[in-house]
Amino acid sequence: MARYATTPSQTVGPYLHIGLPWPDGPFAVAEGTPEGVWIRGVLYDGAGAPVPDGLIETWQADPEGRFDHPDDPRGAVARPGFRAFGRCPTDANGEYGIFTLKPGPVPGPGGTLQAPHIDVSVFARGMLHRTVTRVYFPEEAAANAADPVLSSVPEPERATLVARPAEDGYRFDIRLQGEDETVFFDV
Amino acid sequence: MSTDPTTRPAPPAYARDAEVHPPLDYPGYRSTALRHPKRGLRLLPHLLTEVTGPLLGEDRISENDSDLTRQHDGEPQGQRIIVHGQVRDGDGRPVPHTLVEIWQANAGGRYRHTGDNWPCPLDPNFSGVGRTLTDDQGRYRFTTIRPGAYPWRNHDNAWRPAHIHFSLFGRAFTQRLVTQMYFPGDPLFFQDPMWNSIPDEKARERLVARFDYANTAPEWALAYEWDIVLRGREATVFEDEVDED
Ligand SMILES: [Fe+3]
Repeated sequence: MARYATTPSQTVGPYLHIGLPWPDGPFAVAEGTPEGVWIRGVLYDGAGAPVPDGLIETWQADPEGRFDHPDDPRGAVARPGFRAFGRCPTDANGEYGIFTLKPGPVPGPGGTLQAPHIDVSVFARGMLHRTVTRVYFPEEAAANAADPVLSSVPEPERATLVARPAEDGYRFDIRLQGEDETVFFDV
Repeated sequence: MSTDPTTRPAPPAYARDAEVHPPLDYPGYRSTALRHPKRGLRLLPHLLTEVTGPLLGEDRISENDSDLTRQHDGEPQGQRIIVHGQVRDGDGRPVPHTLVEIWQANAGGRYRHTGDNWPCPLDPNFSGVGRTLTDDQGRYRFTTIRPGAYPWRNHDNAWRPAHIHFSLFGRAFTQRLVTQMYFPGDPLFFQDPMWNSIPDEKARERLVARFDYANTAPEWALAYEWDIVLRGREATVFEDEVDED
C-alpha cells in the first residue's frame, strides 16, 4: 500500500500553450512514416462549443502490441522512430491531431486479449484534473466485442470510444459533456 | 494464492487516489461547469497500457532549459529564486530520470501568451518555460524568477496566488500529473477556487513550497524546496488473483 499521500492535481489553466506543446509533439511516429495514420478530432464542451485551450496526450502499444517499457512482463521492445506518445494542443477550432502507428492487440487480464486501443489524457482550462478515455478502431468489430474494457461499457455509450474512418486515418471527437458525452475512465 | 511455479507477478497496479484530487465539477471555478463529464467515470483496470508510459530522455532538454534566467541576452526582472525538490512515488521511492516541465508568469504576473492581456508589461528577457530531468535520486532543480499574482475574471476581484505550473510523467500512464506549486503564506489562498477545490486541507498544503534558507545562493538567489509525490503501487498481485475478478 502506498505510504505517502500524492500531490494533488491542478488545472493546466489558460496558458498551457506556452509550456506544454512540443514542435514534434503530434508525431508519435516520425513524420512521413508510410504506415502512419492521423487521429484527428475536436474537443467539445457541454454547450457543443470547441475547446480551444485543451491538450490531448496519447499512449499506446506498437503494431505488434509491445511497449518500450521495463514494467511490461514480456520485456521492453524499442521500435526506432516510434515514441508511442503523442501530445497536441487544441487549436482555435478545438482541433487536435496525432500522427501514429495503429497499435496491435495487447494482453488483458486472465489470458484475454485487448483490442487495439490508445489511451488518451485530456487536459484543459476548466478541468481541475485530467480525464482519461480510450480510442478503439472501427474495423476491429470482433476484437472490440471481446475487449474486456470496451465490453464493460454499456452498449449505447460504447460508440463514443470507437474512432471513425477518415481519409488519412481516423476521426475521434471528444465530448466532455452532453448527450453524446464520451466515456471517461477513472484510471 | 497458487503455488504454481509458472505464476508470474502481474504488472504493478497503482494505488487509486481520487480523493486527493479536486473534483471535476467545482462551481467555485466557473469554467468547470461545461467541462466536466456528467455521467461519472468508469473504473479502468490497470492493464499493460496503463502501467507503462513514455520514458522521455535527454533529447527533450536543451541548454538553459532549467535556468529560466538565462534564456535571453539580458537578465529578467524580479526576484531570482531556486526551486528544487525530489520526485517520489507513494511508496517513497525516488522517481529518477523523469521529465519535469514548468511554465509560469513573469515577476509582474504576466504570461508570454497571446491570450494574456492584463496590463502588466511583458519582460523581453523572460519566457517563463522550463524543462529538466530528475537525477538518479529523483531530484530536480530550476533557477527562475518568483512569479507575480495575476487577476482573472472568475469572480469579483479574483486573483490567482503566485504559482508555477508543473507537469510530470513518472514512469506510467497512471502516474501522469499536472499541478501547481504555491509559495508559503500567500494572502490570496482564501479566495482562490483552484486552492479551495482540493477537498483536504492537508492535501492543499502539499502544494506549498518550503522557504529553504539553507539552499539560497548567497548574493544571488533565494531558494524554495518542493517535493512531489506521484502515485505509488498497490501491493503485488499475482496473475491468478487477477483472473478471479
Ligand atoms: Fe497560471
